Amino acid sequence: MELLARAIAEGRDPDPDALIAAIPYCRYLGVRAAVKDGAVSLIMPFAAHLVGNPMLPALHGGVIGSLLETAAIVQVVWETRAPKMPKPVDITVDYLRTGKPVETYARARIARQGRRVVNVHAELWQEDETKPIAALRGHFLIQS
Amino acid sequence: MTDNWFDRLKDIGRHIGQTAYIAGLKGEVLEITSTGKARMRMPYGPDLVGDPDTGVVHGGVITGMLDHTCGMSVTGALRTPMPIATLDLRIDYMKPAVPGQDIFAEAECVKVGHDVAFVRGLAHQDSREEPIALCTGAFMLIRGGYQMPPAAE
Repeated sequence: MELLARAIAEGRDPDPDALIAAIPYCRYLGVRAAVKDGAVSLIMPFAAHLVGNPMLPALHGGVIGSLLETAAIVQVVWETRAPKMPKPVDITVDYLRTGKPVETYARARIARQGRRVVNVHAELWQEDETKPIAALRGHFLIQS
Repeated sequence: MTDNWFDRLKDIGRHIGQTAYIAGLKGEVLEITSTGKARMRMPYGPDLVGDPDTGVVHGGVITGMLDHTCGMSVTGALRTPMPIATLDLRIDYMKPAVPGQDIFAEAECVKVGHDVAFVRGLAHQDSREEPIALCTGAFMLIRGGYQMPPAAE
């Protein structure tokens, strides 16, 4: 991606919000990003199209998985200064609480970085940071 | 065919062609059976893209389709209607989806317990023999139903 290549050439970390804005599906979900405490932090404001179960209403499980995976990918790109988007190898999503129709936050950390593969943990929460609504563990291939 | 009205609704194919919304993206339900099988299709579109360099769809689209299809397979396997909730989902990405092509997801509910149902599924494009992703998952069965707010006077 050009914005990643430019950041690498200029010897600086890529801007996570510009990266998110360059990913059509993240734009579609309405995700925004910022750097907070040395990690990328994502915000997804609530929108009607994110609902999976209108009876509750609750966020769609796929939206929850998507936000977790995005948090993982952006953290990997930002921290490893990868020139291309990492490829997901496998992910496990644990759904811990119902996703309420409110703003949702995400963050991820690299648990182990190998030469080709990184192991990433990600978490989502809403009103209370100590009460995650979902968690992800996954492996991603770094593409050079 | 069975005598159960809930199963009969599935077996006459009432769901076929209905829209499956994955975060507002419009997919198509292809099948839900009373034996606990479900299939859906998602047409390719610009909003699905996760890698702007290649046009490959975001992994979250596949996750969303598999979550949705696995949920439909549980609904199919249930003998009485009740709400369900995803407990966990593990997805293995075999290969990237080819940009511009439809994506299909299918799932099978392998066991319905009292509280939990187990599923497995896959996503593919040309051939189900060459899946783009495989998944296994578990769903909570909410037998008492949700607590609905009291009706207004």
